[in-house]
Amino acid sequence: MSNIVMEKDIAHTHEQGHEDAGSLSLFGFWIYLMTDCILFATLFAGYAVLRDSVAGGPSSMDIFELPYVLAETMLLLLSSITYGYAMLAMNHGKQRDVLRWLGLTFVLGAGFIAMEINEFHHLIAEGYGPDRSAFLTAFFTLVGTHGAHVLTGLIWMAVLMVQVKQRGLTSTNATRLSCLSLFWHFLDVVWICVFTVVYLLGVV
Amino acid sequence: MYKQSSLHSSAGTSHGSSRSYLVGFLVSVLLTLIPFGLVMFPSLPRTFTAWLVVALGAIQIVVHLKFFLHLDSAEEQRWNLIALIFSAVIILLLVGLSLWIMDSIHHNMLAH
Repeated sequence: MSNIVMEKDIAHTHEQGHEDAGSLSLFGFWIYLMTDCILFATLFAGYAVLRDSVAGGPSSMDIFELPYVLAETMLLLLSSITYGYAMLAMNHGKQRDVLRWLGLTFVLGAGFIAMEINEFHHLIAEGYGPDRSAFLTAFFTLVGTHGAHVLTGLIWMAVLMVQVKQRGLTSTNATRLSCLSLFWHFLDVVWICVFTVVYLLGVV
Repeated sequence: MYKQSSLHSSAGTSHGSSRSYLVGFLVSVLLTLIPFGLVMFPSLPRTFTAWLVVALGAIQIVVHLKFFLHLDSAEEQRWNLIALIFSAVIILLLVGLSLWIMDSIHHNMLAH
């Protein structure tokens, strides 16, 4: 077994060097994202089951404001394309552009988080917190988990910006940026499910 | 050239071009605005609107996978795709069966 692995390693070192480790990391990260998908699927299933259990409290019709959600969605969509441009700049080895696009992505992501916190604060202040009904518990858990992921992505992005600034676009940093790229676009995909299932189907 | 393309071969994050990101973005914006418009200014029957919104959401996910995550059926991405399809099956079972079970319980025990 270990022999086979060794031989494979040697063959790869010959051709691709340490870059193969980078693409393996990316594949490992992809597997993690798939498990994360299943985590979100569980929360979606919980939300779908508890959607009508409002316990006399507000229903989805009463509390969702679609124009606000549309603005949040646009922020996230814009941040996806700006991250894409950061990756393109990385492929061309333009460090300054990478940092600029990452900075812009960070601002857009932070705007999304700020809007979400504001929405949550607004709901809780009106007495519609997660303790009000099973529907609201499921809502806060699902949307909050997505928000926590975005926040993690922002922290990761800030750390990477410092790394790129200090060490440049090394192949290690390139792998890290590629992993975050997958993470960031993946969160956008999850958000499509959130605004479709939670907000749009909740109001339709 | 070879180095560049092999750098991210497994997850294929380097295959995009400025144009493909822009196309993906514009299509995504369109696929976001249409369902929001349909729900905010209702003009179609409710059930039809709901199915349309779900369908548009599904299409947008495919657009994101293709233009932002650069997933395709290329040989080097075979395992990424297999992992994704496997997860999709698990997710369908998880969500579908949960809804089915809870709906049955609802009908048999709560509704008189």
